[in-house]
Amino acid sequence: MTSTKKDPVIVVLQLTGGNDYFNTVIPYNDPLYYDNRPAVQYRQEDIIKVDDQLGFMPTMGPIKNLYDQGKVAVLHGIGYADSPRSHFRSMDIWHTCEPDKVGTEGWAGRLARELDPNKENVLSAINFGHGLPRALVVPGVPVAAIADLETYGVLTGISDDQQRMKALDLFARMYSPAVGSGMVTDYLRSTGMEAMTGADIVKVAPEMYSSSVEYPNSPIAAHLKDIAQVYLADLGTRIFYTQHGSFDTHAGEAGAHPTLWKDVSEGISAFFEDLHAHGTGENVVMYLFTEFGRRVHDNGSGTDHGAAGAAFAIGDAVKGGMYGQYPSAKAEDLEQGDLVPNYDFRGGYTTIIEDWFGLDAKPIVNGSFEKHSFL
Amino acid sequence: MSNKEDVALLAHLMRRAGFGATKEELARYTEMGYEATVDELIDPPEDRQSGKTAMLLRYLPGCLLPGGTPTPGQYNWMYHMITTQRPLEEKVALFWHHVFATGNAKVDNCDQMLEQLTMFRKYGMGNYREMLVQLSKNPAMIFWLDNNENHRDAVNENWGRELLELFSMGVSNYTEVDVREASRAFTGWTIMPKLPRQPFGRFPWRYEYLGEDHDDGEKTFLGYTGNFNGEDIIDIIVKEPATARFICRHLYNFFVADEVQVPAWTIEPARDEEALDMMVTAFEESGYEMKAVLRLMLNSDFFKNARFAKIKSPAEVVASTLKLVGAYKTPEPTLPSIGSEPGYMGQALLDPPSVEGWYTGSEWINSGSLLARINFVADRVANTSFPGVRSIIGDMKAAGVTSPEELLEASLEHMGFLEIGDETRQQLLDHAKAEGNMDWSNEEASGTRVGEMLALVGATTEYQFG
Repeated sequence: MTSTKKDPVIVVLQLTGGNDYFNTVIPYNDPLYYDNRPAVQYRQEDIIKVDDQLGFMPTMGPIKNLYDQGKVAVLHGIGYADSPRSHFRSMDIWHTCEPDKVGTEGWAGRLARELDPNKENVLSAINFGHGLPRALVVPGVPVAAIADLETYGVLTGISDDQQRMKALDLFARMYSPAVGSGMVTDYLRSTGMEAMTGADIVKVAPEMYSSSVEYPNSPIAAHLKDIAQVYLADLGTRIFYTQHGSFDTHAGEAGAHPTLWKDVSEGISAFFEDLHAHGTGENVVMYLFTEFGRRVHDNGSGTDHGAAGAAFAIGDAVKGGMYGQYPSAKAEDLEQGDLVPNYDFRGGYTTIIEDWFGLDAKPIVNGSFEKHSFL
Repeated sequence: MSNKEDVALLAHLMRRAGFGATKEELARYTEMGYEATVDELIDPPEDRQSGKTAMLLRYLPGCLLPGGTPTPGQYNWMYHMITTQRPLEEKVALFWHHVFATGNAKVDNCDQMLEQLTMFRKYGMGNYREMLVQLSKNPAMIFWLDNNENHRDAVNENWGRELLELFSMGVSNYTEVDVREASRAFTGWTIMPKLPRQPFGRFPWRYEYLGEDHDDGEKTFLGYTGNFNGEDIIDIIVKEPATARFICRHLYNFFVADEVQVPAWTIEPARDEEALDMMVTAFEESGYEMKAVLRLMLNSDFFKNARFAKIKSPAEVVASTLKLVGAYKTPEPTLPSIGSEPGYMGQALLDPPSVEGWYTGSEWINSGSLLARINFVADRVANTSFPGVRSIIGDMKAAGVTSPEELLEASLEHMGFLEIGDETRQQLLDHAKAEGNMDWSNEEASGTRVGEMLALVGATTEYQFG
């Protein structure tokens, strides 16, 4: 990589709860769609046609605009064999790349470790939200968690400056690494140190930021705006992670699903518009995934847990288009009533890790998996 | 010295079987003795109240509103945690909220969530079979897991699956067919009235059984065949050995010491198999009585020896800190904002991230939540306008605390007889020594200094454990 080129960056947007693939990228000319969805179907005239087979659901207009600019790749039939159809387990599998046993390390945390092996930057990876998703958890890898960029710091309540300096100095000594203090305490110490250092650095981001772009009023747009601020402050963050949900539309899907995608689509659109308005963003790829798709036939008011889903890659560097095959919705091709995954989810990660970050994906995703050429 | 050790042990008991204890409460329990305290916790006398609900209603009538921001249900519950005279009952309610995780994100009706909480208080320490029956008929749960959409002709598996996976047996102890059959058995268990939220708004639900929507056909569930209804399924589930083990392991993880996370339970052995066996035996032999297993656990050596073997949950951090500083003994106007505090540390009460509840132990900790915990505690214990902090300062002055060593020891005692490592002790001591001995003649400065020492103790890694 030449010195004038910016380091590649990824923004992972987790669609929590199991997004309904069949109702997101819709085979609108297939009678099986309408037969299987008597209760929760989008009308053919409302679907945003992408080609003569597939269309996006009605509130994905802003994503369709990006698609038309060649900046959106859709990865069809993504998932893994024998879906347990449990949110808990399924999200764990996506996070750890371990479908057969319980993993302890997250793929994005491992990627962060490869990107910053000497832990030179405590802000290499940041989750925007409360807590950390397992995808970012690897013992010894610092990951910041920023629920709200505006109010981030240690012992912020001590108002006397001199006393606060002394307290922070003590804090730094109490949280510095020690031999033989046990795994959990080691973890507490390193987390405390990262928090203190990260808070110090990141406070410049909102101070530097100004923008003419208006973000819509939704939780996901607020997180994406925080991400834009940290990205634009150029603090060396390579992995941004956030989530939106819940896509767990067992019931009431007809009401909830369009709003969820409206918020996601408009938020993403504003985010890229903001980066472009600042003359940057070409080194950002956004990746959207969900833990599973939903059952093909609806249950009368929503859809139950299923298997295959779709992932999306979005950005200036993305080679837009449809990748892979839409799984057959014919009754004889379904497994337990679900679309059968035909593309391993670890292949999507592999493409990003190898073709975007230029790293070996095998140790991160636990094996070799087929890539798509969207980067 | 032995008296101090007794008090420290009771402080441990009250952190686990309640939300900490004030100095006055600890004195009362010490007077009663350990086993008598356990007896009272398990069978609290009628005149001991579960929280000053009437006073809460008088000051903040919004606490029972179904909607609103900040969420009325959260501060309503936090107020009960702080003021309850039935602490174990309240803690067990939180335990069931962890296991039977129901979220207001979907239910969108705090009043209904509080009704579920009342049910947990009433049945939580009773028989587990009865608890599952009540849970199956609980309107918030029925709506949360869509059993109101589970019909004779259109089976919705959400409730049936989670009943097996998360509320009783755990994964890998049943098949997909069992999930289907259990779901069929619960068809017709629904809520009324079925008015849509739009445009009617929120309305109170009640459980109703619709015989005409129940699938009365033959079902084969876990090897048993019959025309099962929901209660028959519960009868079978409760007697499965996997169930007693799963529930007791949850109890151990919640009350005794941090376990690996739930998804690993089918693979990883328990942290203390012997303790778990004792709990399972007590549970089974009593016919699945919660009181039997709670009594055995709280009186056991494995419990007494597990001091500071758990990372405190955010609800524990917030409630015990507020008890310590004597805040919100009455429903002060700022109470509503307190309800949101556990959420900033990763535990939004009445709104777990999903039906799987919260990951516990070190999963409570990340750089964001650790900052929130430390800042929350420090901001309060250093605030000398709180009556509890003033009382601590008064005690130290009366006890003649003078040297930096005495200041540190007294601070650790007041912060729950906290045990800290040698290194932490030395660092805190160095910090205190730099300021020399206490000068009680300057009232304001000495108070501020005590508050600051309490805050620094609260900022240690050790204080994250409870």
